[in-house]
Amino acid sequence: MADEALFQFLHNEVIQYIYKSSEHGEMENGRCITKLENMGFRVGQGLIERFTKDTARFKDELDVMKFICKDFWTSVFKKQIDNLRTNHQGIYVLQDNKFRLLTQLSAGKQYLEHAPKYLAFTCGLVRGGLSNLGVKSIVTAEVSVMPACKFQVMIQKM
Amino acid sequence: MVELLQETTTKGHQYEEETCLGQETQAMDIRLNSELFTLTYGALVTQLCKDYENDEEVNKQLDKMGYNIGVRLIEDFLARSSIGRCQDFRETADVISKVAFKMYLGITPSVTNWSPAGDELSLILESNPLVDFVELPDNHSSLVYSNLLCGVLRGALEMVQMAVDVKFAQDTLRGDNVTEIRMKFIKRIEENLPAGDE
Repeated sequence: MADEALFQFLHNEVIQYIYKSSEHGEMENGRCITKLENMGFRVGQGLIERFTKDTARFKDELDVMKFICKDFWTSVFKKQIDNLRTNHQGIYVLQDNKFRLLTQLSAGKQYLEHAPKYLAFTCGLVRGGLSNLGVKSIVTAEVSVMPACKFQVMIQKM
Repeated sequence: MVELLQETTTKGHQYEEETCLGQETQAMDIRLNSELFTLTYGALVTQLCKDYENDEEVNKQLDKMGYNIGVRLIEDFLARSSIGRCQDFRETADVISKVAFKMYLGITPSVTNWSPAGDELSLILESNPLVDFVELPDNHSSLVYSNLLCGVLRGALEMVQMAVDVKFAQDTLRGDNVTEIRMKFIKRIEENLPAGDE
């Protein structure tokens, strides 16, 4: 089933919609990113609920993050996270060398300024997924050379 | 799956590198991916309902967005399916229901209710993946939740030189037994009309 393509088309159209009705400028851009992130959050919450219905309880925070990197990422993006790093103090960096939602955009530095738009939803997705697993976090993303990107997860102690 | 633990020091922070290597991906429930689309679509409709005052506006937006998706989806479809040119509208309807719907949504609507002139038909969807987990609240009774689909069909067919009118005739979300999409062939489009986003 080519559902991955369908999701990508929808994702791109959502971004166009959110941005089309706004003006240019820092404030507006931030607002749009927030809207996209919030949408991703809701979806992430729902997805993880369905996904972990029959999964065993997670041992610890690292276990949760590995689940996100392997099972969750594979289900959503058909591949695992390529590299997970942590300082064991609540910060995790997830590196995807060929992020599916960026491969269509460019290979390299072209359109770099647009990359954040294509990452916002996924940041929310991760944050939402973690949230429903009982982990509160802040998720940001950075790109230097597409289609590789890094998602940074900062666990918030509740 | 092999996990390697290595100590690396970057900028004074101590990061342990946990490399996740998987020999092969686990047999994940493929259904999960259609849920990503379904849930994202739900989030979109929710956002639209927040942005627009009335259901009619939301319906219009969904149709527009569907159109924009359709004009791009057709290329993806033709690349994946390597289907040749359809001889007539009947063949087009068959391809839409048996190949396209199956490919993207995993369902095969039945094609029925042909008009005598052969220019209008119904696609009956026994189940509609877009509406999994969805209930329409009372104050959104005129919302055509899946209206994106109409736009997608319209946009995609326009790219293969067919102008069609597509709308929902029945909707399980609004209490009907089945979901019925009514599609009417309007005319053939001249090749040199440029396509544009709406």
